Amino acid sequence: MGFLDIFLVEALVNGLLLGGVLALLALGLNLIFGVIDVAWICYAELVMFGMYAMYYFAVVYGLGYWIAAPLSIAGVGLMGVALHLLVISPLLASAPINQLLATGGVLFFLQSLATVMFGIDFRNLGIRLPTIEVADVFISYARLLAFGAALAGMVALYLFLTRTYVGTAIRAISQDRQIMALMGVDTRRIYVITSAVGGALAGLAACLLVLQYDVHPFVGLSFGPITFMICVMGGLGNMIGGFIAAFIFAEIISVGGLYLDLEWGYVFAFVFFIAMMFVRPEGLLARRS
Amino acid sequence: MNAIPKGKVGLWAGAAAALVILPLAWGAPYPMHIMITILIWSFAYTSWSMMGRFGLVSLGHGGFMGVGAYVTALAWNNLGLSPWLGIPLGLLCAALLALVVAWPCFRFRITGHYFALVTLALSGIVLQVIVATRGLTGGSLGYTPDRVPGGSSIIAFQFTDKATWYLIALVVWGAGLAIWYAVERSMMRYALEAISEDEDAAAAAGVNVTAEKLKITVISAMMTAMSGALYCQYQMFVSPDTVSGISVSLQMVFAVVVGGLYVALGPTIGAVITILLGEALRIGFGPSAVGWDNLIYGLLLVVFIIFLPQGILGSIQSALRRTPARASA
Repeated sequence: MGFLDIFLVEALVNGLLLGGVLALLALGLNLIFGVIDVAWICYAELVMFGMYAMYYFAVVYGLGYWIAAPLSIAGVGLMGVALHLLVISPLLASAPINQLLATGGVLFFLQSLATVMFGIDFRNLGIRLPTIEVADVFISYARLLAFGAALAGMVALYLFLTRTYVGTAIRAISQDRQIMALMGVDTRRIYVITSAVGGALAGLAACLLVLQYDVHPFVGLSFGPITFMICVMGGLGNMIGGFIAAFIFAEIISVGGLYLDLEWGYVFAFVFFIAMMFVRPEGLLARRS
Repeated sequence: MNAIPKGKVGLWAGAAAALVILPLAWGAPYPMHIMITILIWSFAYTSWSMMGRFGLVSLGHGGFMGVGAYVTALAWNNLGLSPWLGIPLGLLCAALLALVVAWPCFRFRITGHYFALVTLALSGIVLQVIVATRGLTGGSLGYTPDRVPGGSSIIAFQFTDKATWYLIALVVWGAGLAIWYAVERSMMRYALEAISEDEDAAAAAGVNVTAEKLKITVISAMMTAMSGALYCQYQMFVSPDTVSGISVSLQMVFAVVVGGLYVALGPTIGAVITILLGEALRIGFGPSAVGWDNLIYGLLLVVFIIFLPQGILGSIQSALRRTPARASA
């Protein structure tokens, strides 16, 4: 295969699959940011609770994966609503940085709540999915499934936003917050719905991540920061930009991790992020004015 | 309120003398350890608040702390460089890092959320670099400066008795407050306050926005690196999780917000509250308290931002200021 050796191909494919899940994570965060103009720093912790929900429903209560998944998605959706009503809506009128810091407090709270409730043991579903071999390249079935489900989730969100009345209202609010209230749209109701959808996307990501990773109270720290950087690089609130950025990041981590350690993959990704902020501070797809 | 009124000089001198003498006279090791820890973290939190009070919310200060701690310890172990030179070297590295990240940020007007998230990436980078260079730094297992025989040496900046450490921490903490007050009285403060209100208006009024922000960022980064180096020399052990990364950065923000962002002693009050709360929970509940301290911190942070955004000390001060005015009216 010449200069394209087989490990590089495998790393590229794995990067693509990782990108799917990261894109899904970024999508939920971008939706919240685009509509409510708030960055949920604790987004990855919602995912962590979703992973625990999967573990408890599927393993402890023995409900099976396909019953546990919708329950977990609904549960995290409700958490999103609670977060909005309890923390975000009292702060809607204050400085954006206060909202950011308050969700930082929620991050601490959720991490510790998980420590207190579930302990610090690593837990997993105990499902071992097979590995598929395509032309000498090994692809994990779990990653393929996650990639497919992430794409399906994104298409569903796209249809929801473009084909339904509520979706149209959500898009309208993200374009102009003041005018829509004057047009007779109940912004509070739309915010609650958006928070529920954002939470549900975190729940979906949790169902997919729990197939590949063990869950523990600090698991959010391993993909939370990277999700944020993806959203910022894509332009906060810009879903297509976030989608592209997710794949760029995933490839950097995956290929960087191939030649050096995985940590260096992350270092490259972070450095790339900072460098990109200087080249395109408004995000990848921003129109220069 | 800037200058200390003359009648209060005696009061301040008395308080300072009490801070020096009383703990040394008491001398029990455990309370002494708590006091030293509080002073070192108070200094770190004060360093963060130097920037934070002007609306420059950084989530990357964990990175500067890590640089200060690791550069000092690595220079001592590998090059035999005394911390008396190693600490300035660490501060210099932190200042350079701050310049490299902050200059483009300010130049391209990355502010608010975006600035917080770029600096978040910075603390992530420092953490990952420490873990990735595990051959040199010990990775996530942590790092220990080599001990000198006998345990205490001025050149090695290692002391076994807590009294020495208490005095060192007290001096550094006092210096941190002095820097805070120096900034409070300088023209820089007015420039930065104008910038935090409206960058365009400040620039139009002749303020060099980028230069002013860079100055305070470098001061803040160097102070934070100092606190990291001090923490490392006192504990004789650092790990990437205790001095760098996102948790430490958020911890700084949290303590300052609880104590009060806009008052000199706010960060100190924040450190006292968080550390005493942590210790009380640890002693009261024992090992089963794992997680409860952060649970309460997180809850407090949210409650404070919603109901008391000025922090405890800030709210008390503005309440005191309001009451006499109302009485005299």
